[in-house]
Amino acid sequence: MKNDKYIPVIGLEVHVELKTKSKMFCSCKAEYFGEKPNTNTCPVCLGLPGALPVPNQKAIEWCVMIGLSLGCKIPLFSKFDRKNYFYPDLPKGYQISQYDEPFAINGSLKLKIKNDPFDKTQAFGSEAQARRGHPEQSRTDEKLKIDEEKIIRIRRVHMEEDTAKLIHQGQDSLIDFNRSGVPLVEIVTQPDFESAQEVVEYLKKLQQIVRYLGVSDADMEKGNMRLEPNISLRINDKELIGKLPNYKVEVKNINSFRFVEKAIEYEIKRQEEILNNGETPAQETMGWNEKKGQTVSQRIKEEANDYRYFPEPDIPPIRFTQDQISKIKSQIGELPEEKLKRFQAGFGLSAYDAEILTREKPMANFFEETIIVGKKHNVNPKQIANFLINRDIDINLTLPAQLIQIILNATQTDQIDEKELEKIIDKVLKENPKAVSDYKSGKQNAIMFLMGQVMKNFKEKIDAEKVRILIMEGLR
Amino acid sequence: MKLNELTIKEAREGLKSKKFSSVELTKACLEQIKKHNKDLNAFITVTEKEALDQAKSADELISSGQDLPLLGIPIALKDLFSTKGIKTTAGSKVLENYVPQYDATVVKKIKDAGAVIVGKTNLDAWAHGSSGENSDFGPTKNPWNKEYVPGGSSSGSAVSVASDMCLAATGTDTGGSIRLPASFNNVVGLKPTYGKVSRYGIIAMASSLDSIGHFTKTVEDSEIMLSVTGGKDIMDATTLEKKHEVKPLKKMKIGIVAQYSFMGIDKNLKTLLDNADKQLKKLGANTEYISLPNTQYATACYYIIQPSEVSSNLARYDGIRYGSARQNFGDEAKRRIMLGTYTLSAGYYDAYYKKAMQVRTLIKQDFNYAFKKVDAIITPVSPTPPWKLGEKINDPLKMYLSDIFTVTANLAGIPGLSVPIGFSNGLPVGMQILGPQFSEARLFQIGYAYEQATQWYKQKPKL
Ligand SMILES: [Zn+2]
Repeated sequence: MKNDKYIPVIGLEVHVELKTKSKMFCSCKAEYFGEKPNTNTCPVCLGLPGALPVPNQKAIEWCVMIGLSLGCKIPLFSKFDRKNYFYPDLPKGYQISQYDEPFAINGSLKLKIKNDPFDKTQAFGSEAQARRGHPEQSRTDEKLKIDEEKIIRIRRVHMEEDTAKLIHQGQDSLIDFNRSGVPLVEIVTQPDFESAQEVVEYLKKLQQIVRYLGVSDADMEKGNMRLEPNISLRINDKELIGKLPNYKVEVKNINSFRFVEKAIEYEIKRQEEILNNGETPAQETMGWNEKKGQTVSQRIKEEANDYRYFPEPDIPPIRFTQDQISKIKSQIGELPEEKLKRFQAGFGLSAYDAEILTREKPMANFFEETIIVGKKHNVNPKQIANFLINRDIDINLTLPAQLIQIILNATQTDQIDEKELEKIIDKVLKENPKAVSDYKSGKQNAIMFLMGQVMKNFKEKIDAEKVRILIMEGLR
Repeated sequence: MKLNELTIKEAREGLKSKKFSSVELTKACLEQIKKHNKDLNAFITVTEKEALDQAKSADELISSGQDLPLLGIPIALKDLFSTKGIKTTAGSKVLENYVPQYDATVVKKIKDAGAVIVGKTNLDAWAHGSSGENSDFGPTKNPWNKEYVPGGSSSGSAVSVASDMCLAATGTDTGGSIRLPASFNNVVGLKPTYGKVSRYGIIAMASSLDSIGHFTKTVEDSEIMLSVTGGKDIMDATTLEKKHEVKPLKKMKIGIVAQYSFMGIDKNLKTLLDNADKQLKKLGANTEYISLPNTQYATACYYIIQPSEVSSNLARYDGIRYGSARQNFGDEAKRRIMLGTYTLSAGYYDAYYKKAMQVRTLIKQDFNYAFKKVDAIITPVSPTPPWKLGEKINDPLKMYLSDIFTVTANLAGIPGLSVPIGFSNGLPVGMQILGPQFSEARLFQIGYAYEQATQWYKQKPKL
């Protein structure tokens, strides 16, 4: 949403919860959704006296994997730090996080910015469902023509632990430690976004990547992904490009793409009004109140919080070798971007179809498995793509072979009387001696003419292949 | 000789040959505790019932032919070691009623080795102190003269061994908290290499400095204890398994720190140290002067790093889930929380914590360099013999300076063995033998030879 007078300057912090079996620093089960409170705890995640953290190797590898997928550099030396602050959901009085030497730095993510940013019904925002049953629409690639690409720079990707969960019941505040110590990866961008739409597009891509990697379900409803945009406005002046405004408003802990979009748009309007009055918006931390449809101030920040970071003495620094990093890299597999390109080039799919089929990895895998089965039955990838996109195929309930059968059945011709068909073929061959002799003298095209003559006699759709075979038999 | 006066080695032999039972041995220790704990205040909790149960099962195992390194041996634990079902106070009112739901790794190892746990010993609250006087449960007294401090912070553990209330006791050493009370009580104290013994389950003071060790009557017993407690623990990411080669004492070079001659060591103590030096030479070792140029900064460096970590480690005691409210922290804990919070604050971090960590690296390098020239280093444990109760309690700085010779080993992560070297006006003093990381075997070798030649350990306080 570009504004004439001001340009939004937006940065984003995203917390992604990893789906490792155990927590970040202990062997407790990491899954907490739907679990009875305080059942997956131990001295470590309860912060009992004397307990010590032992880092989860898998979580570190997955953090590095996310970093690599976002094109980050992986420093060979990294360490954990303590972030000291008091809150009842933080049992140790500090969170183990990473301060100045995170696992991954300096990456980027490429966005595709659509032609008309105001047309939200288009492309990535819309679900495949909307298109289902309207095959004519699936062919309109033009609508999705990519206008420009935009690079969002990623500042850092680091590893930390989740806090416990506070549950407020009347006068009481209860603490559920099942979530305490669940591995969290924080992905921080540079303030490169200029609209809420760019942010949402970035989030969808990021969500897709972590799901592809299989390191997180990135389920918004379960709180697997938490979003914190920081927003300010700069005057639209070429001189000021790259310069940051002298204030920043952070919106904390948003758990939906829609809310983040609304919050950013609300903030842009709010800040614009303040700036138009010749004032500077306060540097503050806000929350998004969905009921009121507005951001609500949580605390005014006069200075940055002093978290008294220092290196975590209980965990030795982590040193990687180039070999270890290469090994993690080799586990990444094909990312959405590459898959999309391969589907277009390899299977002749349109950008639109390829995008839908690669949106989720299970769908892409199902598509490719079906292609293998399809080969045996002369069903081509395009046909399969059409069916997957336009029919309501539940890939969890359908096997590739079953889908092929569905396609074959659907393209199957109507049943016609065999004897009637043979009779007509005989008749056509007799009536067209020239075509027959042409075919016999080697002109392959002649058979197409003969097939057409035969099929003209039927109102029903008939199997062209069958006709072809029968004609050839008649010509022998 | 009374059973409770035995060493681990002697008791193990007696138990094996059925000269006496573990129940008898345990009862002798419990009897001694009953008799003298009122005066000495070495124990916060005595676990009589549990001890007798454990002794009974030990006796059963012994008669079934089982052989474990500490089978049937009565041992005391510093009240900083988490013990499942037995309250663990850290010497502080904050944890007065805290009962851990798990055993520290070392506690588990000691129990698995067949030991009998007789109780939890007194200490300076949170292990903050050099005299034992910071305990919220009253000071421990020196059994050699009850008007004097026993040294801290593992005061109760040292006194319990010195006064034969148990055969060995565990301790923690963050800046000298094992070596100092060992030297003030005529017992052997080991501060192992950082990473040699698991810290899991032991209430943290300063995580990068805390070493988990023990008090014994002899060097040989110290070695037995370490064989049980040492080794990599999957619950402590900073533990390591490493071995160091040993060689005969006659081929060893022992270093004496040149700088320490000028650091105001008590006259009597100096004489005793010279005697020890002579004794080692008599035993065939060569001694020579070495230099630790950055050693003068050790105390300053220690008193930045240690409170910084303390301030973070004590943050969890918020009274929400366990323990009582924060106003129950004593003055010394409050002082360290404030100091540490300050040195870690934005704007001060670089000037204090970061700088101290850089100095720490230099101190480590000093030792690395020194250990290229010598196999071990001997130094006094404290600049003075034990002082009177109350003498330094109102002068924290003076108290901090008693750690001047011990903190360096914690900063460098190297092991130190404190062994008795005699008496100054009837009060015991010791020397520490320092070696490179994981060279405990070498320290035991030197300590054992010296101990056999001098036999100071045979002297007992008159209670
Ligand atoms: Zn846990």
